Amino acid sequence: MSDLRRTPLFDAHVAAGARLVPFAGWEMPVQYAGVGAEHLEVRSGCGVFDVSHMGEVQTSGLGAGDLLQRILSNDVSKIEIGGAQYSVLCREDGGVLDDLFTYRLGEDRFLTVTNASNHERDLAWFREHAAGFDCQVEDRVADWAMLAVQGPKARGMLEGLASGDLPKRFRTATIDVAGAECLVCGTGYTGEAGVEILCPPEHAVTLWDALLESGATPIGLGARDTLRMEVCFHLYGNDLSEDRNPIEAGLGWCCKEETSFIGSEPIAEARASGTPEKLAPFVLPERGIPRQDNPVVDAEGEQAGVVTSGTHSPSLGCGIGMAYVRADLAEPGTALEIDVRGKHRAARIESRPLYDPAR
Amino acid sequence: MAAEESYPEDLKYHPEHDWARIDGDVATFGITWFAQNSLGEVVFFEPPEVGAAVSKDEVYAEVESVKAVSDVYAPLSGEVVEVNDGAGDNPEVLNEDPYGDGWLAKVKLSDASEVDDLMDSAMYKDSL
Repeated sequence: MSDLRRTPLFDAHVAAGARLVPFAGWEMPVQYAGVGAEHLEVRSGCGVFDVSHMGEVQTSGLGAGDLLQRILSNDVSKIEIGGAQYSVLCREDGGVLDDLFTYRLGEDRFLTVTNASNHERDLAWFREHAAGFDCQVEDRVADWAMLAVQGPKARGMLEGLASGDLPKRFRTATIDVAGAECLVCGTGYTGEAGVEILCPPEHAVTLWDALLESGATPIGLGARDTLRMEVCFHLYGNDLSEDRNPIEAGLGWCCKEETSFIGSEPIAEARASGTPEKLAPFVLPERGIPRQDNPVVDAEGEQAGVVTSGTHSPSLGCGIGMAYVRADLAEPGTALEIDVRGKHRAARIESRPLYDPAR
Repeated sequence: MAAEESYPEDLKYHPEHDWARIDGDVATFGITWFAQNSLGEVVFFEPPEVGAAVSKDEVYAEVESVKAVSDVYAPLSGEVVEVNDGAGDNPEVLNEDPYGDGWLAKVKLSDASEVDDLMDSAMYKDSL
């Protein structure tokens, strides 16, 4: 436990009554008031999350765009300056190494946000493939704290603290927030309106305090997980892994094989021929809470897949999850069962998202 | 709302954070304040079957919070004679009233001498 890293907001979390747990090498707040209450606050008001454990890799120089085009699955040339784009990082065989957002800060300068658990591996992968490209790859994890401000009231609340216009969805803006320059990004992991703010670590406490004074509620990683599951956002290590390709994960939309990125050939093949399994969201309309690794059972009683994420949905009031299931069973409306520790619970495949904040 | 921390003196306690209220040869079972607080908000509880046999120190039910599943251990042995369906329908009562409306099952004891193995309130508090 002693070698866990702490974000600049550690003391603020303790003061706010957080329960702190080890997460991907960091000591992070899992909850404050309680997962259910925090979740509903983000759906109805405004929540602030410390996500400073997320990593940042900066790629800059004349060859930076070309390197990213080679290793990221999406068409990096389509990101405008001040734009943001989601993609996956893949091995040669198409297995997913990480899913990430890349922000284009300038003509030849990009910032890619990594998952904490994958940061070192991603960084090594970037550097290993940078040979031959005229660019620099820099670890910037120590240079940025990151706060996500999410919920229907998030933008209105931030307008009072920001020096300029907030960025639209999938755009970025460099503006002062609570008195210091921040990189504000129109992205998030909850399905709600809001932004993610990258700020200098020494500004994090001032920004956090200003947000709480404006009425934002601190939200822990517990609710971050239930919020993302309701809108079917992937979590690396659960729904994505080196053993799964982006096509079966439902991420074909962010793969542009014509850019010849690493992994594009097997991915093009998987897209053309279909995959034996597909990731599908489901609900348990009756009883039970599905959990990671629970078997999925078809109408004949045969195992037909495995749950990769599962929880109790505070918005829907029932068990929800995502599972890799046999491709013929992945259609919305399909009735299945989930084996929850020996008890078979009725499940139904749904379309995504399971909960639509706009509805 | 969550209950205040307490360990009533009229109850007996099991080291797995379960309590028993003894009334003649029937005991009411539940989980302690400490257990519900560690678990966080309880969102799912499925009562055992009436008539089921339970054995001291063995799992007889599960409670779940948003994040985790937790086994519930029987503090004493016997046969389930009544279950709290209300806690199945509204599992948050385990947080709100762990020693009252949040009870889980009533058990007809098969060996009353097992009660001697359980802790009183002071001993249990010291063990936390």
